[in-house]
Amino acid sequence: MAAKKPAGLDRRKVVAALLADRGDALVVTGLGSPTYDTYAAGDHDLNFYLWGAMGGAVMAGLGLALAQPKRRVLVITGDGEMLMGIGSLATVACEAPKNLAIAVIDNGHYGETGMQRAHTARGVDLAGIAKAAGFKSATTISTMPAVQAWLPAWQKKAGPVFADIKVAATPAPMRLPLRDGTAIKHRFRSALLGADAIK
Amino acid sequence: MTTDQQTSATVWPDEIYEVLKQAGITQVAYVPDAGHAKLINRCHADKAMRAVSLTTEEEGVAMLAGAWMGGAKGVLLMQSSGVGNCINMLSMIEECRLPLLMIVTMRGVWGEFNPWQVPMGGSTAAALENAGVIVHSVERAEDIRETIHACTALAFNTQRPVAMLIQQRVIGFKNWNK
Ligand SMILES: Cc1ncc(C[n+]2csc(CCOP(=O)(O)OP(=O)(O)O)c2C)c(N)n1
Ligand SMILES: [Mg+2]
Repeated sequence: MAAKKPAGLDRRKVVAALLADRGDALVVTGLGSPTYDTYAAGDHDLNFYLWGAMGGAVMAGLGLALAQPKRRVLVITGDGEMLMGIGSLATVACEAPKNLAIAVIDNGHYGETGMQRAHTARGVDLAGIAKAAGFKSATTISTMPAVQAWLPAWQKKAGPVFADIKVAATPAPMRLPLRDGTAIKHRFRSALLGADAIK
Repeated sequence: MTTDQQTSATVWPDEIYEVLKQAGITQVAYVPDAGHAKLINRCHADKAMRAVSLTTEEEGVAMLAGAWMGGAKGVLLMQSSGVGNCINMLSMIEECRLPLLMIVTMRGVWGEFNPWQVPMGGSTAAALENAGVIVHSVERAEDIRETIHACTALAFNTQRPVAMLIQQRVIGFKNWNK
């Protein structure tokens, strides 16, 4: 019998590890599972949870990073969401924001919509695309020690920084954060900019 | 007038720039259009503004959403064909009630040469309005300063998406015999 394929990383453990020591970082999450993973790792006022706008997570991260150059910005998104906005890797590479990091939670599938096979399971190499676009730091990660080793990169390394983190194509239990966009905005902006920001 | 003749004599791009500057706009996202050429150059030349060239217009919608979350104001420049690229991303603006200032140069509606511009040009205003964007259209160069001022105030004071359409008559014919 052929050796069983490795099960792949547990996405909840990966995202919890990414955020265990987030400091004062600002986090943008791509719709679907990455939003739920981020919430499951601990709700935070400085999480900008997207529940739609597929393809927009990285660019929302860029606008935020340019607006807040002293803060670290981490975008946590899915492989499908990343591919819908794949041009944004080119735009981010050109702008080269030092404080922006992108982590793709890559299950090789469209998990949210019924686990259809996606491009990254068919040979598309996201870290290769990021590198070719001009990211100096772009890596594929498939073990927990490598996730741990990447933490200083997203937290401190001169960006933009990119990691494609391979996880199992196993749905995680539902954990649903705040979904009213205006409430998310007010919460985020008042935490970041002070109470006057929502006057 | 042709768009190729957007020279120092064309003052409305400078007027737009001045109003944006005064309003504290720091992020300028764009996909180039000949009608925006002068404004884009002025924004790139301004050290207090970050002019970001996009691969597609919807990138700018998401970028300026992030900008506002971070306390910055932006503007999105495109031609009318780019409006169609923005539609689903605009859902984020409505759902989060974010301000969004767009300046759209029209093609396909007045003295057009390229038939491929006609379909999107004809539905630009309706597409924006259907997506929840407030639309103000300018037909004459002398109305631009006042209109961009009003659009900017409306967008950022009320946190709503507002687009100023600059009609093709203002921009002029594209010279195809260059
Ligand atoms: C524009 C658009 N097209 C399609 C969808 C449906 N949709 C929601 S989530 C999703 C897949 C997300 O896949 P991925 O980013 O890889 O996240 P995963 O759930 O696999 O972690 C799709 C196709 C949508 N919400 N918006
Ligand atoms: Mg996926």
